[in-house]
Amino acid sequence: MLEFTFLFLIVAAGTGGELCVSHAMKTLGEVHDFRPSALLQFVWRAVRVGWMWVGIGFMTLAFFSLLAMLSMENVSFVVPVTALSYAAGAIGATIFLREKISTQRWLGVLVVCIGVTLVWLSRR
Amino acid sequence: MKQVEFPKTNNDFARGRTSNRMKDSPGLQLKTYIFLLFIVLFAPLGNVLLGKGMKTIGSARDWELGELFRILIRILSSGYIWLGIACLLAFFVAYMLVLTWADYSYVQPASAFSYLVVAVLGLLLLGEKVNLLRWTGIAVICLGVFIVGHTHPRTTEKT
Repeated sequence: MLEFTFLFLIVAAGTGGELCVSHAMKTLGEVHDFRPSALLQFVWRAVRVGWMWVGIGFMTLAFFSLLAMLSMENVSFVVPVTALSYAAGAIGATIFLREKISTQRWLGVLVVCIGVTLVWLSRR
Repeated sequence: MKQVEFPKTNNDFARGRTSNRMKDSPGLQLKTYIFLLFIVLFAPLGNVLLGKGMKTIGSARDWELGELFRILIRILSSGYIWLGIACLLAFFVAYMLVLTWADYSYVQPASAFSYLVVAVLGLLLLGEKVNLLRWTGIAVICLGVFIVGHTHPRTTEKT
């Protein structure tokens, strides 16, 4: 039960956080300059976007859940199982970020989820 | 006789394919692949280092406040944990950068390639056993990543 709770937090809080961060990044616009000083400026601009902090809050919750899971299970089991968030991510990107996901991309996400199921089954 | 006009360069093909969606900046595909490479290397390395750190610290038994505090102190004094956090920070900056131009629904599945890297690192550095079914699952995940990787990185308007 405890493992299930941590797994749920990793998937739900992790995906929610990434969606918030993605939204924040889109408001900043495409980066073309990758010099260290420009990257520092970019990070400074990013941390002043409110959605960024909402995302970091969710991702912190997911991170500590991941740490807890890693203390109980092998890393080669925990990390692939967290890929369940790909289905949640695709749905969230369509609804909240208005991304147009093609049939091919949906197929790719489905295949990733099948892979995750196989990793689940390999536990027994 | 009317002559058929062919696109002169590969860019003309690309423009034709994407003109209905948006105008791409030069090298969008290339820089997306480069930053995805950083993502799939730094994220698994960070996770493996965290895994190694947490394995040496051990699991909580009673989940009491005192025990959790002692574990937190051990986490904060572990070199592996800090190295893992450094790798995950590098991953996060690369992740933020790529999300300024690419779709989340593209970046997220494409970065799943890191699950192959994490299994290999888990096997080589931590000595964790990975059975055939798990390898099969990871191979299927990689196939999904390959399919997603062949879609266009951006479907929304440029900001």
